[in-house]
Amino acid sequence: MAKKLKGQTLIFSNPPQIIGHTSVVGPEEKKGPYGKDFDFAYQDVKCGKDSWEKGEKQMASDALKGAMDKAGLDPSDVNLILGGDLLDEIITADYVARDQDIPFLGLYSACAIMVEALGLGAALMDGGFADCVLAFASSDYQTAERQYRNPIEYGAQYPPYKQYTVTGAAAYALGWLGGQTWITHFTAGKVLDLGVKDPNNMGSAMAPAAADTILQHFADLERGLPDYDLILSGDLGKMGKKMLLSLLQEKNLNPGKKLQDCGALIFGGKEKYGAGGSGAGASGVMLGNVFIPKIIKGEINRILLVGTGALLSPLTIQQGESIPGIAHAVVVEKITGG
Amino acid sequence: MKNINKTTDEYSNLIKKNQPPVKKVRNIIRAFVVGGLISVLGQGLWNLYLLYFDLSQDDAGALATITLIFLGGLLTGLGVYDNLGQFAGAGSIVPVTGFANAMVSPAMEYKQEGYILGIGAKLFSVAGPVLTYGMVSAFIIGALKQILGG
Repeated sequence: MAKKLKGQTLIFSNPPQIIGHTSVVGPEEKKGPYGKDFDFAYQDVKCGKDSWEKGEKQMASDALKGAMDKAGLDPSDVNLILGGDLLDEIITADYVARDQDIPFLGLYSACAIMVEALGLGAALMDGGFADCVLAFASSDYQTAERQYRNPIEYGAQYPPYKQYTVTGAAAYALGWLGGQTWITHFTAGKVLDLGVKDPNNMGSAMAPAAADTILQHFADLERGLPDYDLILSGDLGKMGKKMLLSLLQEKNLNPGKKLQDCGALIFGGKEKYGAGGSGAGASGVMLGNVFIPKIIKGEINRILLVGTGALLSPLTIQQGESIPGIAHAVVVEKITGG
Repeated sequence: MKNINKTTDEYSNLIKKNQPPVKKVRNIIRAFVVGGLISVLGQGLWNLYLLYFDLSQDDAGALATITLIFLGGLLTGLGVYDNLGQFAGAGSIVPVTGFANAMVSPAMEYKQEGYILGIGAKLFSVAGPVLTYGMVSAFIIGALKQILGG
């Protein structure tokens, strides 16, 4: 069977199925409008550990184990783990993989990691190199703030378009049998940088990459907005979503309410969270626990999930560099046929 | 060829069109009120110490400053000062309580990396520039005073 690559989009001949997924979040996400949907929420920001980093690792480990349990997998069934997080050396993911007797490929594309892991995992399976893959990503408000910005308790005033990092980890098991949704396409994105230098405005830094990937995906497959029930971006936040809408409108695409953003949704509208959530965990926990259930219930059928990453280095920002953005997309849809 | 081909200028104009405005007038008023209240509190403490303790003007002033620093540190520890900062902006950063916040917040943040490489090394990570340039400007002013003979 010929494998297909059109432009930047991989078309899977045998689409891998999502056979299990688990999300673990922190206390702020639990308080949000989707709080009850997530599989598990820690009330303690350190998840009962003695450091924030250990807490994030705990969350990610729980998610990975949860996905395996839900899919009924034994570690020996899994060929590969793909995953990452926002910290230097993707150290959370490294520690999660340390506990597992399974080969690990660490990924980094900032908050697009979840989609990159799902897309690559599916590609490896469709390519015949694996029969079962685990994909996971995590982010954590405390660990991200301290690496990228100021101490948590520092009393600086942030602008209303700043985002609030989602504390959350999600893991997905991909296999051939037993799922209700599958991944049919993966569009790998290019890095775009239109000169945004404000690290508080990551939504705007990522929006061009998101627009570019969406347009490319449509062009590659000769598809358009009517072919999708939902265009779901990862963590553009309210500001980035507005920018993406503007960019798409300039190309005569008006998704309107069809465009939703996991980050803009997850916390609701409270001022405390600025423009909404950000982080690799945002798209992971929202896809699996909010939107895949909608597919299963038949409310929607096909989602274009666009993971968005702001490739932000605090050092290069201080040197006056701008923030490159990246976006990868996967198509998640209800399994058709028998 | 990328699908989005804008110049950085075009894009920054688009950002300006979409960006929610930072409410400058509101922020200035809040900063004035909160900063003013902190200063009034300091003045009140000064008068109180002068009234109830047998202290010189200078000593009462120093004690009032120490009390404010303590309060700034305490509110940081209780997790309140960052919320105050989001509300008041410069109003709570500029007074001495803000300096206390800038010292205590990294101390809390880096405690988990240990007392030497954590707290010890990172204590001045926020307040460091203020100290550095405070000392540099004190040196320049002092040198000028010597040269000009004030």
